[in-house]
Amino acid sequence: MRLIQKVGDWFDLRLQLGAPIRETAEHPVPRETASWFYVFGSAALTVFMLQIVTGVLLALIYVPSAGEAWNSLQTLNHGVSLGWFIRALHGWGSNFMLAIVFIHMVQVFLFGAYKFPRELTWIVGVLLLLVTLGMAFTGQVLRFDQDAYWGLGIGASIASRVPVIGPWAVKLMLGGPIIAGATLSRFFALHVFVVPGLLIAFVGVHLLMVLKLGINEWPMPGRIVRRATYMQEYHELTHKQGVPFVPNAVWKDILFSGFILLSIAVCAVYFGPFGPGGQPDPTIIQTAPRPDFFFLWLYALLSFLPPAAETPILLIGPAIGIVVLLALPFVAGEGEKSWKRRPIAVLTILLVAVSLGTLTHLAEHTPWSPVMDAWSSQPIPAEFLQGRTALERHGALVFQAKQCHNCHSLDNNGGQRGPALDAVALRLTEDQLIRQVIQGGGNMPAYGKNLSPAETTALVAFLETLHPANQKPARNASQAMALGTSEVSPR
Amino acid sequence: MSSENGMSRRAALVKLGVLLNSVVGVFLAVPIVRYLLSPVTREKKVGYESWLSLGGLEQFPAGQTRLATYRNPVVNSWDGETGDIACWVRRVDDQTFQVFAINCAHLGCPVRWFAQSNLFMCPCHGGAYYQDGSRASGPPERGLFQYQYKIEDGKLLIKAGEMPTPGQPVASKAGGKTTCA
Repeated sequence: MRLIQKVGDWFDLRLQLGAPIRETAEHPVPRETASWFYVFGSAALTVFMLQIVTGVLLALIYVPSAGEAWNSLQTLNHGVSLGWFIRALHGWGSNFMLAIVFIHMVQVFLFGAYKFPRELTWIVGVLLLLVTLGMAFTGQVLRFDQDAYWGLGIGASIASRVPVIGPWAVKLMLGGPIIAGATLSRFFALHVFVVPGLLIAFVGVHLLMVLKLGINEWPMPGRIVRRATYMQEYHELTHKQGVPFVPNAVWKDILFSGFILLSIAVCAVYFGPFGPGGQPDPTIIQTAPRPDFFFLWLYALLSFLPPAAETPILLIGPAIGIVVLLALPFVAGEGEKSWKRRPIAVLTILLVAVSLGTLTHLAEHTPWSPVMDAWSSQPIPAEFLQGRTALERHGALVFQAKQCHNCHSLDNNGGQRGPALDAVALRLTEDQLIRQVIQGGGNMPAYGKNLSPAETTALVAFLETLHPANQKPARNASQAMALGTSEVSPR
Repeated sequence: MSSENGMSRRAALVKLGVLLNSVVGVFLAVPIVRYLLSPVTREKKVGYESWLSLGGLEQFPAGQTRLATYRNPVVNSWDGETGDIACWVRRVDDQTFQVFAINCAHLGCPVRWFAQSNLFMCPCHGGAYYQDGSRASGPPERGLFQYQYKIEDGKLLIKAGEMPTPGQPVASKAGGKTTCA
């Protein structure tokens, strides 16, 4: 022990860091902040350190070349001992880091921590969110598979819509006219040098301000933040009733970080690494590219925006979002901190959570995409064919052969791009069915040129049978009146 | 020399040092920016597009739409398979073709051809196009991108080399018109 003390003293005489470190560790924090709600920031930092370590380990093997990256990922997965585990740790670490950063941000927002004097801490936090998302996107590209390739295509298509400089932006992003070696190299440089550099710098500033300004006190309803008095009040909270950060508060941080690291390791072992998926060969077109989990909501949004509004929303939406986040501490720098007195803040969080959750859920099922192989792999259920006439059955054949099934489901199998047709005969009369098939409309292509009159007749005859046994198909009442009969005879 | 004079002389030297570094900084910034902009400036000088053969006309029966692939004209040795690009070739009649980019006009995903229903469908966000490339349904704002083409020595040539995007569709140059040589 004496030797350790001696060595320690030797270093401290030269470094002179012992006293400031001790002072930092023991700085007083408000008593109530020694709480499980205050552990997310330190957990995000811990996961970031895991990402640095695993990232360096991956870089020992990974080859950032468009021709070799996919093979080197296969080698990591199968050829290097426990390479799969390091990849899995890095992939799951990325997901956990994003999740924890989001949770941290929600907690900070609901606890009013962005208010005076911590405005800049919040702003740097917003920048940290952006660079973390940047790490996630560039990292997804380095897993250079089909999803990465076409994901880059989506990114380039969005960039190209910027007015005037769009085509330039695409070439700067791709490093050339197409997605190729230069593209991967620059995303490698971004993911490994540029963005982590920013991340480390921002984390440093963020932490420094947390230490200088002190951790946000537990919000009490009725305790109003005022610029004139806050500093004095906070000083009293920390110096009169406060507790030292070490050990009173830090043990929760350490335990939670350990729990998160353990969770990442368990996920890595149990679920394994992410991909890589198919080879990044653009001539293999049998693929349905999908972004990683944290960008799924965007993927869903892109299919629901009306075409005309898409470009403005894509380009202006993110800018507005970032400006709102950056402006928040200036608009609401004073006042109530407690979520119990801030219903709009709580509702905002709920609205954002429900929106993102819904969009993510939709993106996992992609109801807007045709099921490309439904026509050849999902037969029409037998109950739709039993007891039908030859014409109606021929119509069912047309339904399959013309790929109607890719967009329309029967008995919950097939695509969901268009409406389910189980009871379509209740909704549309025969004439309306013919018109819809031939002219399309309402987001359905027109099939007039692709169907012979005989095929149309057969198809509509089949569609007319799609109604519950105890309900009659829709009929045109005015036609019956004109024909002088009380009811149109069922076909 | 008074100490005041000494201070001002040193302050002037500091300013001189800052000035020197600013000048050198600008001097270095110019090549750095030009280096970064090379993907853009190269296009202005040499251009990315050139005429490429998709193979003999006999590969493309009249009335049918077939997948063709070509090697991008601008490639590096380490580009691997990313230098191979696919496109859809529709032979309308003997001398009339339409060559569509594989990229959906919405966000660039690879569209697939369904010969039975004569539609191109996109797997990403559900865009659909008719056999002539015009928009049928879904989020795309326009029809499929088309390459300029010509026929030489019984071969089908297209002008390609750049990924078409909504901001810079190849069709704007081709005008969608037939250009038979």
